Amino acid sequence: MGGLPAGKVEPTEHDYGEWERRVDALMVLLSGGKGGKRLMTVDELRKNIEALPPDAYDRMGYYDRWVTSITQIMIQRGVITTEELGLKMAEIENRGQSPISAKAS
Amino acid sequence: MKSGSAPDFPRFKPGDVVRVRKAYPLGHIRTPFYIRGHSGVIERICGTFGNPEELAQQRSGEPKQPLYRVRFQQKDVWPGYKGNPGDVLEVEIFQHWLE
Amino acid sequence: MKEESGNYQPYSYFQLMEVSLRELLVEKGIVTDAQVAEEVEAMRKRTPAVGAGVVAKAWTDPGFKARLLADGTLGCIELGIEVAALKLVVVENTPDVHNVVVCTLCSCYPRMLLGIPPEWYKSRNYRSRTVREPREVLSEFGLQLNEQMKIRVHDSTADMRYLVLPMRPAETDGWSEERLASIVTRDCMIGVAVPKSH
Repeated sequence: MGGLPAGKVEPTEHDYGEWERRVDALMVLLSGGKGGKRLMTVDELRKNIEALPPDAYDRMGYYDRWVTSITQIMIQRGVITTEELGLKMAEIENRGQSPISAKAS
Repeated sequence: MKSGSAPDFPRFKPGDVVRVRKAYPLGHIRTPFYIRGHSGVIERICGTFGNPEELAQQRSGEPKQPLYRVRFQQKDVWPGYKGNPGDVLEVEIFQHWLE
Repeated sequence: MKEESGNYQPYSYFQLMEVSLRELLVEKGIVTDAQVAEEVEAMRKRTPAVGAGVVAKAWTDPGFKARLLADGTLGCIELGIEVAALKLVVVENTPDVHNVVVCTLCSCYPRMLLGIPPEWYKSRNYRSRTVREPREVLSEFGLQLNEQMKIRVHDSTADMRYLVLPMRPAETDGWSEERLASIVTRDCMIGVAVPKSH
């Protein structure tokens, strides 16, 4: 997007939520940092963000895009399956917030 | 120069005039669109790094590619550039994108 | 999003994704909750104060400044800053040249020294325009540079990360390193502001 016409820069700040910080931590660990297993590269992270639909940049937050990309990579690499993810998401939605995630959020 | 089999030694040195390849292939590419086809001067050699075009596709990134910081004159990059004629832009570019 | 106990809000789709992904990874033994918590805490400690300490040291120790400009990564290691994979280039502002950093391709940022980048650094507007009309962008941050000042824009496109070494304000003679560090803001080290002594 370098050099394309765009609007005034609004010096906006955003205090990151705990879940966003955990997405950041997952990226570090899955990239092999801090004793994590190297299961992705930052280039894959970027590639999968670029692959999002054109309006994703306006519609999604920064860590929305990251968590989507990281999850895609884990599926592409066979670390998790789409089916497992679907079941897990349904389970958590039904569960409401677990005590652990409520505490950590 | 072929990125897939090229040796990873630097072909350029600081001060050399280089041109960024004007090419628009698919894949994950770290050479910004706006700088392709423009000429600049090597400011420094940053070292050698895994090729991001390969690393993005679950491959090893080997052979590693020399990475350079290339300095461009803003007035050369943007037609009608309005700032100081001495303004510059520095971009990191991998060797296989330079000629 | 902040939840009060007994007043839970439903997850957004992406929060649900985070919890699901993390729980699957924990179940498979790939990460542990403790590792995630530890990294969250480590990231919380990376704030612009770390970078400000580097700048203040460079302002007060010419030998260190020379080494830092020659190799930013080694300079940080010398100060005991954990750098991990950081390849740091420190760029110096002078009376003739002002440096500003952007990543037009994503949001590359010296996280070890400045923490998580601010929202605007990742915005379409900043990323699109800084390479093409830096003077206008800087003026939107309230930084008016005179016409003689040359602007050097750094597009952080690959493996290097950039820290701007601002000019030390004239009225700061005799200040301690700590007091100097207090005027070095995050924005000064990205290059969209300059330090002020008052």
